[in-house]
Amino acid sequence: MVTQAPSRNQAQGTSILAPVQRFWQKRGADLIPPIIGIAVFLTVWQLVSWSGATRLPGPLSLWTDTRTRELLLYPFYDLGGLDKGLFWQTLASLGRVAKGYTAAAVVGISLGVLVGTSPWLNKATYPIFQFLRMVAPLAWVPIALVALQQNQPAAIFVIFITAVWPILINTIEGVRQIPEDYNNVAKVLQLSRKDYYLNILFPSALPYIFTGLRIAIGLAWLAIIAAEIVMSGIVGIGFFIWDAYQQNYISEIILAVFYIGFVGLLLDRLIAFLQMKIAPARK
Amino acid sequence: MKSTPVKLRARRSTYPESWHYPSNSSNQGFLVFDQVSKGFPTAKGLYPVLENVNLTIQEGEFVCFIGHSGCGKSTLLSLVSGFQQPSGGSVTLKGQPILKPGPDRMVVFQNYALLPWRTVFENVYLAVKAVWPNKPEAHKRAIVREHLAMVGLTEAADKRPDQISGGMRQRVSIARALAIRPEVLILDEPFGALDAITKEELQEELLKIWNEHRCTVLMITHDIDEALFLADRLVMMTNGPAATIGEIMAIPFERPRNRDQIMEDPQYYQLRNYALDFLYHRFAHDDE
Repeated sequence: MVTQAPSRNQAQGTSILAPVQRFWQKRGADLIPPIIGIAVFLTVWQLVSWSGATRLPGPLSLWTDTRTRELLLYPFYDLGGLDKGLFWQTLASLGRVAKGYTAAAVVGISLGVLVGTSPWLNKATYPIFQFLRMVAPLAWVPIALVALQQNQPAAIFVIFITAVWPILINTIEGVRQIPEDYNNVAKVLQLSRKDYYLNILFPSALPYIFTGLRIAIGLAWLAIIAAEIVMSGIVGIGFFIWDAYQQNYISEIILAVFYIGFVGLLLDRLIAFLQMKIAPARK
Repeated sequence: MKSTPVKLRARRSTYPESWHYPSNSSNQGFLVFDQVSKGFPTAKGLYPVLENVNLTIQEGEFVCFIGHSGCGKSTLLSLVSGFQQPSGGSVTLKGQPILKPGPDRMVVFQNYALLPWRTVFENVYLAVKAVWPNKPEAHKRAIVREHLAMVGLTEAADKRPDQISGGMRQRVSIARALAIRPEVLILDEPFGALDAITKEELQEELLKIWNEHRCTVLMITHDIDEALFLADRLVMMTNGPAATIGEIMAIPFERPRNRDQIMEDPQYYQLRNYALDFLYHRFAHDDE
């Protein structure tokens, strides 16, 4: 492995760099491998692109291409209509995800609690849920368009229907996995429904619910891109990619893909952070 | 302190001075098992766990149940707590059949069953609040504090169950059970997982608290010495399937009991040997 430890003497006197240096000393060993990994990946990609084996431009084109350089430098521009900076495109997509995902969380958790607490309902709905969750997000797009007639609600519906299954199924499982002892305590104390939910059901099922929420946020973000590609004429990072492809601005696609991956990573971290705050892992 | 181990209420004068015929006194007892049987459905038909169980327990009595594993002790007590219903016969408390679990028959669970996401105080408070939702807040909190003090856990009130030892958890579980003033306290091998010293400490505390509150106690144990120290009567179960009550031993030691004193009593070893003989000779567990 590379053992290029940052020299300690160099930045000794510079007080501004001190926190950076301390951070590097603590986390440097963890950070060096991914940095090298990414550098190698981008270099190989650039070399393949130069060699002429593919039409796909290399990562350097993001800077050398004027269109992408402008997009990169001005994410906040807004010339009206669909001609907006990538920040606004991403924000529009995120807004749809937020709406669809929130609906999925509300429906998934409440329906999951209902089904999880009733063995009969669980048996009755199990095949339906297992069947529906196998339907790919893209397959819902035509159904959503037919059912809702408009692009915007259809896109939100596609997010909802993609994200709801992991939340629903994990919530059901979480409720079913409540230790028998806790349920017995609830029975012998004849806890009210509210006390049972607040003191036993939710705390006990929360780790499962969060697992569902975390899987769902990733799926929701995947689905919005797919959905927007199919639904033409809306502001959003998905349609932005499709538009760029049709106009042959290949570098723009690559830039958008970087945005998508980065936002997806942030969303996952966000839910993981919430999970750590709300339902920390227990021994 | 009273030294009567058992208070007999409304007993028929013609009734012989014996523990063995409870079915006649069905209507007089506090807690009565009358011709109780319990089976579980299996692929090969009904598997009989308990059969022909007759037992009358008086109010305020401390009764221990002993027997080899699989003899249906836990099943028997779950008929009192109401988690299960008898397949035949009846279990009645003050003349009323037991239909479902309720806080008048509080259980101290084998593995404590404390909510890990609530503090010690909150665990007890939840029970108090469930049983007396309309009591003033300050009163409810005072009850919790009083019972935590009783088991010596005032200091640990704000800790979570995973931050305290097994013995302390069992104390919380007992405090939670006693805080709601049950008529019957059911303990399923409460001290089985504890070390010998903690176990003796808790036995003494339990006895002291019981002396003050005098609720009826039903307790499963594997430990004959524990039963002899705590109980008024020891119910010895035969082996399953179709287990029943083999014999009931009255334990005559005066209360309040002192462990050293009763162990010096010659009767102690007679009783102990009698119970050992029952468990290991007459109803030995066939370990194949």
